[in-house]
Amino acid sequence: MSVIGQSAPSDVDDNSASEQVVTPVVRRSGVDRIFRSVATSSGVITFILMGLIGGFLLIKGYDALKVAGWGFLTDSEWAPDQGGKFGIAAILPFTVQIAVVALFIAVPVALSTALFITEYAPRKIRRLLTAMIDLLAAVPSLIYGLWGLFYLQPRLITLSKWMANHMGWVPFFHVNDEYGTSLGIFPSSTFVAGVIVSLMVIPICTAVMREVFSQAPPGEREGAMALGGTRWGVVRDVVLPFGRGGIIGGSMLGLGRALGETIAVTLIISPAFTAKWSILDQGSNSIAALIALKFSESSSFGISALMAAGLALFIITLLVNAAASTVVSKSRSGSSTEI
Amino acid sequence: MTSIDITSTATTRMSSDISLLDPGHQAAGLTANNVSCWFGAKKVLEGVNLDMAPGQVTALIGPSGCGKSTFLRTLNRMHELVPSATLAGEILIDGVDIYRGAIPVTDVRRRIGMVFQKPNPFPAMTVAENVLAGLKLSGLKTTRSERDDLIESCLSKAGLWNEVKNRLGDPGRALSGGQQQRLCIARSLAVSPQVLLMDEPCSALDPTSTRRIEQTISEISETVTVVIVTHNMQQAQRVSNRCAFFLAAENEPGRIIEEGPTKDIFTNPRDSRTNDYVNGRFG
Ligand SMILES: Nc1ncnc2c1ncn2[C@@H]1O[C@H](COP(=O)(O)OP(=O)(O)O)[C@@H](O)[C@H]1O
Ligand SMILES: [Mg+2]
Repeated sequence: MSVIGQSAPSDVDDNSASEQVVTPVVRRSGVDRIFRSVATSSGVITFILMGLIGGFLLIKGYDALKVAGWGFLTDSEWAPDQGGKFGIAAILPFTVQIAVVALFIAVPVALSTALFITEYAPRKIRRLLTAMIDLLAAVPSLIYGLWGLFYLQPRLITLSKWMANHMGWVPFFHVNDEYGTSLGIFPSSTFVAGVIVSLMVIPICTAVMREVFSQAPPGEREGAMALGGTRWGVVRDVVLPFGRGGIIGGSMLGLGRALGETIAVTLIISPAFTAKWSILDQGSNSIAALIALKFSESSSFGISALMAAGLALFIITLLVNAAASTVVSKSRSGSSTEI
Repeated sequence: MTSIDITSTATTRMSSDISLLDPGHQAAGLTANNVSCWFGAKKVLEGVNLDMAPGQVTALIGPSGCGKSTFLRTLNRMHELVPSATLAGEILIDGVDIYRGAIPVTDVRRRIGMVFQKPNPFPAMTVAENVLAGLKLSGLKTTRSERDDLIESCLSKAGLWNEVKNRLGDPGRALSGGQQQRLCIARSLAVSPQVLLMDEPCSALDPTSTRRIEQTISEISETVTVVIVTHNMQQAQRVSNRCAFFLAAENEPGRIIEEGPTKDIFTNPRDSRTNDYVNGRFG
């Protein structure tokens, strides 16, 4: 008897030592081979591209990193051109805070919008909404930024003040008393930036989630309906378990965009270089905004420092996505019941 | 004949006159009165009258495309899930119209269960969770011991208990096709339906699994009215008490050509087309 398989069964006992394990030989046809090499090389190109970007940032940032040493991770201020210290200890937390605020708003909104579109909306509204979401996802972030700056920012600060007054006991919403709580301290905050970034993240998250939810297997849906399931029951027991990967994937895509969002953040914030918990009062920052603000006025050493900051952003994004894809690969999304 | 606007009927009334988990529930009779169905402008079923008596097994036979599945799906309001679908006529369960709001649609579907052609266990759930899925979907609270009893009794009725009792925690999709289908039957039985609709439940299965399911049908038919679509003439003869023969002439909607006790349909049909079909001369 011979065993076909990738590896020998683990429970082979001694008296079966004569069994010959066969490594299956696959002979590929011409077309198959061509397709395979095209697909493989595309995959390889992705890797090379990532390596090139990472390598580029590392090489460009090397001068600055050499000077700063570990201080690059622990220093808050940013004065490479003045011969001062520079590090990401403040701008990285700010970057993450803005992204977290954005996702905190975007994920629930996107999730409910996607569920509404796929599960509850009448057919015509469904098409309209889908088209609108896709359209919104394609609007340049500058537009969101401008609209946020001129329309939303003045209106958000009332909310900021309300939150500071009523929820100030939460560290995130605490506003330092030395400023008082006049409206003037609220406009250029992490919170306002995060809200505006969330607006551009919502359509992307929604588009991804909607796409995945709409592919939930009809057989399972009908199975749930036929048991007397309500729509919510179908959502909970069929659509959400199936769409888990899409929820995570969509959120991560949004997080990537939020972490890297430049123009809207640059327009809103007033740059700060001291990390803080509070998100409501003025002063925030982000790596992307810092690069955009400083790029034109920096010496070559200053640019090297900005490249190092860019490298930090690149690594964070990679880590987040790697974590997400591990979670996604453990979920079932994309496969249906098989006989 | 007035067409029913399916979507506007009341579906939210909260009350259920059957108690789930009640073992003393009764098989219910279904009556179709002058049922016609459309997909968009296309009429696929016309003037169907059929009585499915309590505790009986009714087989629906006929060539592909004559509207058997469509008819079956009108019986528990699955038909209306197809966006363009409409229907006319009435379906009564124990004399009560299921379409005009007297019974909430979720109750209709709970009382009239359905087993599909392709086994569709919930892949994210274990074998045990699959059996209990209907209770969860209905938001019904049960105690641990009630659940354990229900899992064992339903899997036993579906002829699956002995095969899976040691793997209740495995995912439902890890079972074979035949086992998955019996799991789906067990799942349907767990909400104590009064009627069970089966759409070619064995068409994807091996002969052994098919026999097991036929056995199950015979066993449950005392407490559950069964309506089964089948292409297998032997199966129809083995499991059913009554038989309805559907046929659609070219470019015409399907109709019931003949209906009666299974024995008569197979040995002494009144219509020559029935005779031809059951003897394998077309379809
Ligand atoms: N979802 C649908 N949309 C449009 N037409 C359909 C749909 N389902 C079935 N039909 C049509 O209705 C007729 C009856 O189909 P069906 O009830 O599935 O037949 P059977 O189960 O007897 O094979 C067929 O002509 C089929 O093409
Ligand atoms: Mg069919």
